[in-house]
Amino acid sequence: MASRTPLYDRHVAAGAKIVDFAGWDMPLHYGSQIDEHHQVRADGGVFDVSHMTVIDVAGADAENWLRYLLANDVARLEAPGKALYSLLLNHEGGVVDDLIVYRVAAGYRMVTNCATRNKVLNWLARNNHGFKVKVEERVNAAIMAIHGPNAIPLTCRALPEKSVAAVRELGNFGSLEVNDWLVARTGYTGEMGLEVILPGEQAGAVWDALLAAGVKPVGLGARDTLRLEAGMNLYGQDMDEKTSPLAANLSWTVSWRDQERDFIGREAVLRHKQRQQDGELPVLSGLVLETRGVLRTRQQVETDKGSGVITSGSFSPTLKQSIALARIPWGSRNCQVELRGGMAPLKIVKPGFVRFGKRIFD
Amino acid sequence: MSNIPEDYHYSSTHEWIKVDDNGVATIGISEHAQEALGDIVFIELPEPGTEIEARAEAAVVESVKAASDIYSPVSGEITEVNEALIDDPQLVNTAPFDDGWIYKMTINDERDLDELLNAEAYADLCADE
Repeated sequence: MASRTPLYDRHVAAGAKIVDFAGWDMPLHYGSQIDEHHQVRADGGVFDVSHMTVIDVAGADAENWLRYLLANDVARLEAPGKALYSLLLNHEGGVVDDLIVYRVAAGYRMVTNCATRNKVLNWLARNNHGFKVKVEERVNAAIMAIHGPNAIPLTCRALPEKSVAAVRELGNFGSLEVNDWLVARTGYTGEMGLEVILPGEQAGAVWDALLAAGVKPVGLGARDTLRLEAGMNLYGQDMDEKTSPLAANLSWTVSWRDQERDFIGREAVLRHKQRQQDGELPVLSGLVLETRGVLRTRQQVETDKGSGVITSGSFSPTLKQSIALARIPWGSRNCQVELRGGMAPLKIVKPGFVRFGKRIFD
Repeated sequence: MSNIPEDYHYSSTHEWIKVDDNGVATIGISEHAQEALGDIVFIELPEPGTEIEARAEAAVVESVKAASDIYSPVSGEITEVNEALIDDPQLVNTAPFDDGWIYKMTINDERDLDELLNAEAYADLCADE
């Protein structure tokens, strides 16, 4: 029996095509994933991402433990109300998962992926020796992500009155605790927006209020094309336990601000740096297909430096052409892909194609 | 259950064909097929004037999910393609049985139609999938 979020019945009522996603019955789309994609770029859409894992960390050593566990440095979160993106690395410098960690009044809250849940919980349990921490999964939590140029004002109509002024003031990666809700300026689309983590039993009423305010439901299909346009990695596809962050366009998430900090994967990433300087580490690049056709995940590409692989390929509804993330040899200057028997040229760009509704590469 | 018009013939690969009074056949894909493909983003259309065999590849439909070949249900000559699909491929999603048609053709041998499924048999096929 698949797991269902507290919003499952509302997805069905909204006409969702339900698919299995890592053991969860989730909405793929509610009719057209392209229409839903445009809805987020042009106005505001809501995603149910309650299948993701919410883990609260408290205790005297919470900060020290997370500084050891995470490749980014939670010491940068100087007060509750701040958040950052981080990788969880293994000792070989491969990626166990990616996550957002929020500093909250009671300690820290991490939101990790759905498909990695058991692996991550085991990893945390295996690596907490000697630290005074309390780790608690919030199994009952629901998460809604509301994104789009009008998402924040529309969401404010569905939020508790007393929180609205503060929510409007939130900066990027800022968050706010209202009773047992966490409202944060984080997301996965390249648009303005909020993520709201709240007790599952309260999710339905908020969902209804959002829809009444004019926000439209958006499924996992559009979530994937939106994040790809934004150049954001999908765990398990663009990176996994065998991938160095340096080969996943994520070196910026490994913090060296405190040179003394010991964190899992540190020595391995230092070795990766050396290999990168020697040109031995591949890079995660953006690719654009200028002709008709669609690049597909796991397709091979050829560059002047050798072969590479598309880690995420799809059609960009905003650009109306195909885009991809691909891991290709360092220093590649040109790239092609086999398309219907012939070789089609691909433009190599920095990962990131669309931000705030606009094309961002040359 | 998706819509399956009575007066069309269907192939087991989910194309439909409808023959008008002048013997001209129109080909498209079924509602069931477009649902399975998801949003369609590109369509590669055949060249008018092309002779095509039954079950040969006539067009390619690319959706957000996958590329899918469209097979000609019968043998004949392609006479016209739906150029509206170049700018608006989602017509296949929104109106698979009319505005979302893909090409028209003459039929070499009407007996090819007997090889195809009627609406009832096609509904059974979809139900089994």
